[in-house]
Amino acid sequence: MKSLIFKTASSYLLPLLLLFSIFILLRGHYLPGGGFVGGLMASIAFLIHSFAFGLKETQSIIKINPGYLMPIGLAFAVGAAIAPFFVDAPLLKGLWFEEPFRFIGMVGSALIFDIGVYLVVIGATLTIIFSITDTV
Amino acid sequence: MIVLPIIFQFIAGTILLFFWRKINLQKVLSILFSVIGLGISIWLFLQVWEKGIMVTQSGDWKAPFGISIVADTFGVTMVLLSSISGLAVSIFSTGSMRKERLAFGFFPIFHFLIMGLQGAFLTGDIFNLYVWFEVVIISSFVLLTLGGKKQQLEGALKYVSLNLLASSLFLIGIGFIYGLTGSLNMADVAIKLDGLQNRGLVSVTSGIFLVAFGIKSAIFPMYFWLPASYHTPPPAVSAIFAGLLTKLGIYAMLRTFTLMFGGDEFMGDIMVVLAALTILSGGLGAILQQNMGKVFGYLIICHIGFLIAGLGIYTELAIMGTIFYLIHDIIVKTNLFMVSGLILKINGTQDIKELGGMYKNFPLLSLLMAIPLFSLVGIPPLSGFWAKIFLIQAGLETKDFFLIGFIVLGSFLTLWVIARLWGEVFWKNSVGLPKKANGLYFGQMPLIDQWLMVFPIFLLAAISLYIGFSAENIILLSQKISSELMDPTGYIEAVLGLKAITP
Repeated sequence: MKSLIFKTASSYLLPLLLLFSIFILLRGHYLPGGGFVGGLMASIAFLIHSFAFGLKETQSIIKINPGYLMPIGLAFAVGAAIAPFFVDAPLLKGLWFEEPFRFIGMVGSALIFDIGVYLVVIGATLTIIFSITDTV
Repeated sequence: MIVLPIIFQFIAGTILLFFWRKINLQKVLSILFSVIGLGISIWLFLQVWEKGIMVTQSGDWKAPFGISIVADTFGVTMVLLSSISGLAVSIFSTGSMRKERLAFGFFPIFHFLIMGLQGAFLTGDIFNLYVWFEVVIISSFVLLTLGGKKQQLEGALKYVSLNLLASSLFLIGIGFIYGLTGSLNMADVAIKLDGLQNRGLVSVTSGIFLVAFGIKSAIFPMYFWLPASYHTPPPAVSAIFAGLLTKLGIYAMLRTFTLMFGGDEFMGDIMVVLAALTILSGGLGAILQQNMGKVFGYLIICHIGFLIAGLGIYTELAIMGTIFYLIHDIIVKTNLFMVSGLILKINGTQDIKELGGMYKNFPLLSLLMAIPLFSLVGIPPLSGFWAKIFLIQAGLETKDFFLIGFIVLGSFLTLWVIARLWGEVFWKNSVGLPKKANGLYFGQMPLIDQWLMVFPIFLLAAISLYIGFSAENIILLSQKISSELMDPTGYIEAVLGLKAITP
């Protein structure tokens, strides 16, 4: 797209949307949000950028092939799922750090799982969108 | 620890995803993971065999609220069988599948499919069962369409649209269950459904479940998607579909109808009628077809009828016959489709009229292929024989002579089909085979690929011989399963951790 307004706006929107997606990811345990919505927002950020600057530019920002985000995310998720085995608890039990982290709050294995979901969603969405844009 | 098979397959799929482009490495890893998976299943099976039902509550949420994972004898037997056929198909696909098809994540998806199946066999929560069904459908849809030929897409569309319909019916049924009992844990639901006054609504719910699982397992009026789609993907994929996917529907039916809607008289009669019609329509369909894949597709339907028949009679002996038949059928059906794949590779066609001369050219291979073909018919020492004996015996006890007639008729139809197949494909001289096939013929393949195709057939044939010749072990196993299924108090106590209050 050739519109100057769109180009200028989208270069500011990318970091803003990414930050917002991480915010949504982090608040997701008790409040609306979480990995899935956050992941969608992050991929929308990249999508807008690719509309404005073209596919090549966006791929050079992401650096790695988004397809690889899927197995990485799955590894995070499965790690969070089997982590309780090491303390003799059943599958998927939420484990928590004792002290809250600064700015973030309480952190537990549920967050790791959510990060996994976040990465899988980004990976899957971007793979689909990029391969569609590639062929069109 | 009983979630280990599921977790392991998940890890296997994830690791394979990392090696997206390295197909040769994926092949080796997939076989390796399948072997380890089989080892884990055997271990779990032995544990449950010795110690009885094992339960874990995921997330440490107590029973009726969280998702229980339950390993009873039936569940772990199915997990074991799915691992065996998973291993066979994994080996077979490394030998037979072409590079273009493997390049888009065949192996990762394959392991996710096995994960879905094993999850469904181990879960003790009805909604979780639905989720595993979805996992299975999504991965099977990918496997069906890999390669993207027009014919494949057509088959996949029929498959997916009907299976989605079944899933929505299943979901509606779950909604009814939740509305009636306020619980989704199958053991908890079983107790609460027993105490309900509104029997009409319970029957309606069981009817919805019957239709939903009936579509998935391809029983009489709902089977059209199966012959339309199962012959389209490559034989390795059809093998795993034929062996396990329709059996997943049967598993769900056995589980829900024994545990939750135990012994509904009216439903039993409906199932007996449906079983008879399924046997008839599957058998007649198989006689008509000329394409080997379609013949086997109709035979699947025919033999689903036997499985439903046992559930319809609903005595301990009948359920035992069904379980025995299920064990035999998973192994044999997986093997059949691999056999048809091998014949396709050798001759370049699956049309019965064009095929021929197999016995003259490959005598040893033909003998090997005879084992699954004839155990399907149930020629006495082979595995299909025992299962049918028990079903017929159960029918005699409850005086279901009508059903026995259909079981015998179904056996005759199968015999007819297999005899015709044997005559046309193995004995007759070939008439002008097409000299152009996509990809390599069997004779042109490297020796290792040839062995990779023959070995799994040999493996499964050996297992069906084992089922046939040391049937007493399998009978013991099926007896244990059927007594557990017919008297679910042990299951309920194990899940809920209390003495069940039987009204």
